[in-house]
Amino acid sequence: MNLAVRFRSAVSLLDRFPALAGVDLDVAPGDVVLVRGPNGAGKTTLLRACAGLVGISSGEAEVLGHDVRADRRAVRRRVGLLGHAAFLYDDLTVADNLRFAARASGSSKAAADAASARLGLDGRLRDLPAGKLSAGQRRRVALAAVVARQPELWLLDEPHAGLDAAGRDLLDELVREAAAAGATVLLASHELERAAALATRSVVMAGGQVRDGLLDAPAPSGQPASASDPGPAPAKLESAHVA
Amino acid sequence: MWRDAALVAGKDLRVEARSRVGVNQVVPFALLILILFAFALDSDREVLTKVAPGLFWVAVMFAALLGIQRSFVIEADDDARDALRLSGLDGAGIFLGKAGAVAVQLVALEVVLAVGVIVLYDVHLRSPVLLLLTCLAATIGLAAAGTVYGIIAAGLRVRDTLLPLLVLPVLAPVLLAAARACDAALAGTPSEGWPWVRLLAVFATIYVTFGVVAFGALLEEV
Repeated sequence: MNLAVRFRSAVSLLDRFPALAGVDLDVAPGDVVLVRGPNGAGKTTLLRACAGLVGISSGEAEVLGHDVRADRRAVRRRVGLLGHAAFLYDDLTVADNLRFAARASGSSKAAADAASARLGLDGRLRDLPAGKLSAGQRRRVALAAVVARQPELWLLDEPHAGLDAAGRDLLDELVREAAAAGATVLLASHELERAAALATRSVVMAGGQVRDGLLDAPAPSGQPASASDPGPAPAKLESAHVA
Repeated sequence: MWRDAALVAGKDLRVEARSRVGVNQVVPFALLILILFAFALDSDREVLTKVAPGLFWVAVMFAALLGIQRSFVIEADDDARDALRLSGLDGAGIFLGKAGAVAVQLVALEVVLAVGVIVLYDVHLRSPVLLLLTCLAATIGLAAAGTVYGIIAAGLRVRDTLLPLLVLPVLAPVLLAAARACDAALAGTPSEGWPWVRLLAVFATIYVTFGVVAFGALLEEV
């Protein structure tokens, strides 16, 4: 099977510290995978590694059929990352930011405008400099930039953080639509209940490693593996576990 | 590559047009350098006219430093540099776009400073072709070398103070060659200026080539 994400013993060092310490992970195309784990487990690094933003020092890392190390540019053009920062130019307007993000990734101006409208960023907001937006509005623009890129792999790091109730609902709707259209989603979140409702599968990270990351691994027996284990996911999610 | 360059240059120029940092801070700063030297040397008009080319390029070089720093500050805010990397844009295209945007701003600055030099230093133009080609080659060299060293310094905590230390010695040949070539152009002896223009062209070619080849890798290391 062609996998959207395939990591084998992938190690990523950040200032000599192994932020990823031998990650084994399979993600099937169209899956919405919730990545759980305590702070410092390596969730953000995993998402950034999938986007080719952090180096893989050993092991194998393939995203959408491309070797992340050898073909980083091809990977980046096909993924969309919603990270902790909004990646915006403060002096540019919302519309300019979105158009630049879309065109830089090979998408169109029309896609940027459509994303802007979808996220409720039309009207007065469109022409405001990004620097004048509130934190929640910046988050919406960042999400719109991901939508405008029309990625095949969505990498969402704490995507609900900073959004208001309507924004959270809209985000969930967008993730479901993307998955229905065949996109793959990797979602790191501490808001387990909400994220679990979106996910088709869940993996747990701890100490830079992914537990139950392989699709052909035996089903987990349910026991927590260490004291840092954040505990089982909600029942609905566990029942939907692919492995 | 060229499409990516145009996209990045357009974005950088739009940021500058909106923020007006260039117009409100960099241009006044460069003019201030000319005015201060004019005050300092006012008693000797002849000396002022003689050193005008050197002062002009000193002002351009210091203003270029501000422009280069600014070019990378906008990428550092809100991790926009990650967005640039994530975009999948060609490294060579990003280099040409950023250097191109700096060069466009420098050309605009040079026009303003040229007027300032003519008014304050009582300078008369005699060889406009030599002068234009000198400005073109020097501007490309300043922008290309500055952009290369700008990305090298961009990831460091001490980038603001380190960049001038890295760039000024490297740009010394540009300052020397551009000042000599302009001197010849103003004196009406263009034959003395062409060897300096050739030196500027070689410098610009080396740094444009280096930037096109290496900028992508340097961006990944930041």
